[in-house]
Amino acid sequence: MTRYLRYLVPLAIFFVLVAFLYRGLSLDPKRVPSPLVGKPMPEFSLPRLQDPAATLSDTDLKGKVSILNIWATWCVSCRAEHEVLLLLAKTDKVDIYGLNYKDERAKAKQWLLQLGDPYVANAFDADGRTGINWGVYGAPETFIMDRQGIIRHKHIGPLTVDALNNEILPLIANLQATP
Amino acid sequence: MMRKLVSILTLCLLLGAGPAHAGVTLEAFKFNSKAEEQHFKDLIEELRCLVCQNQSLADSDAELAHDLRAEVYDMIQDGKNDEEIVTFLVARYGDFVLYNPPVKPSTWLIWFGPFVLLLIAAILLLRTVRRQKNTPATEITAEERARLDAILGSTPPEKDKQQ
Repeated sequence: MTRYLRYLVPLAIFFVLVAFLYRGLSLDPKRVPSPLVGKPMPEFSLPRLQDPAATLSDTDLKGKVSILNIWATWCVSCRAEHEVLLLLAKTDKVDIYGLNYKDERAKAKQWLLQLGDPYVANAFDADGRTGINWGVYGAPETFIMDRQGIIRHKHIGPLTVDALNNEILPLIANLQATP
Repeated sequence: MMRKLVSILTLCLLLGAGPAHAGVTLEAFKFNSKAEEQHFKDLIEELRCLVCQNQSLADSDAELAHDLRAEVYDMIQDGKNDEEIVTFLVARYGDFVLYNPPVKPSTWLIWFGPFVLLLIAAILLLRTVRRQKNTPATEITAEERARLDAILGSTPPEKDKQQ
């Protein structure tokens, strides 16, 4: 038995190593899991993008399933994501709010005019402080909240049709079903 | 001539290889004392930037690193202690921002793993050494001795033969 052990132990270690390395191949180090998932959304109160005199705050998002999408006109992949957001808005299943992150107001308004506006309303986060409170580290990012305002999911990077069909829409249906 | 060239090259190297973060942004912050400035620098060295993931907040020139440095600076000015500042960042970005991860069940492997491996290696080494000590030096029989002598004594080394 001990004679085989000399060979089996290194072989076993080798396979464990292979398993770890193989798993590593499919992990994206840019996706840092958010500690905010499962916690109430951070409070905020910001001027709206379209109407600086009006404010948008976390209370506007509560009492229903909601989405907060962090975007900016300087963010290249936000443009790619925009189509998907328009698709999601068209399903009429959830209210999409936007956090316009460290952007210029005129450019952002122009963007929505040109590409279409999937948002119910946008908060204008000029200095990015609200973004920091939400743990934003790179636009686009998308949060999904339940009726109580608890963050249930964070999607890092641009939304894709795939992610929409396989993750976002099923989760929304699930959250809508629970009172 | 050669000497001059060498000194110029050395100068270039020295200029180019200075601390990478020296010129990034610290000049934007005003400190009341040298100690406070050092405290700020030490703190941002310990925090990791989420954008350029292998750089600290002190080293990174990413937009987010600028913002987080400003945030840390403001908190220091507000009289917050290190623990409060670190808690603030961890609550938003997770343990990922710490270069010095806390000891907890999910990090036991990285904290204690190397020591466990060292222990295993030490045990294996000790066992091997002991085993070698315990095996008696094997005596050869008279027959073997005769054969050995024959090989060593009678045949001259190959090299000599060829010469």
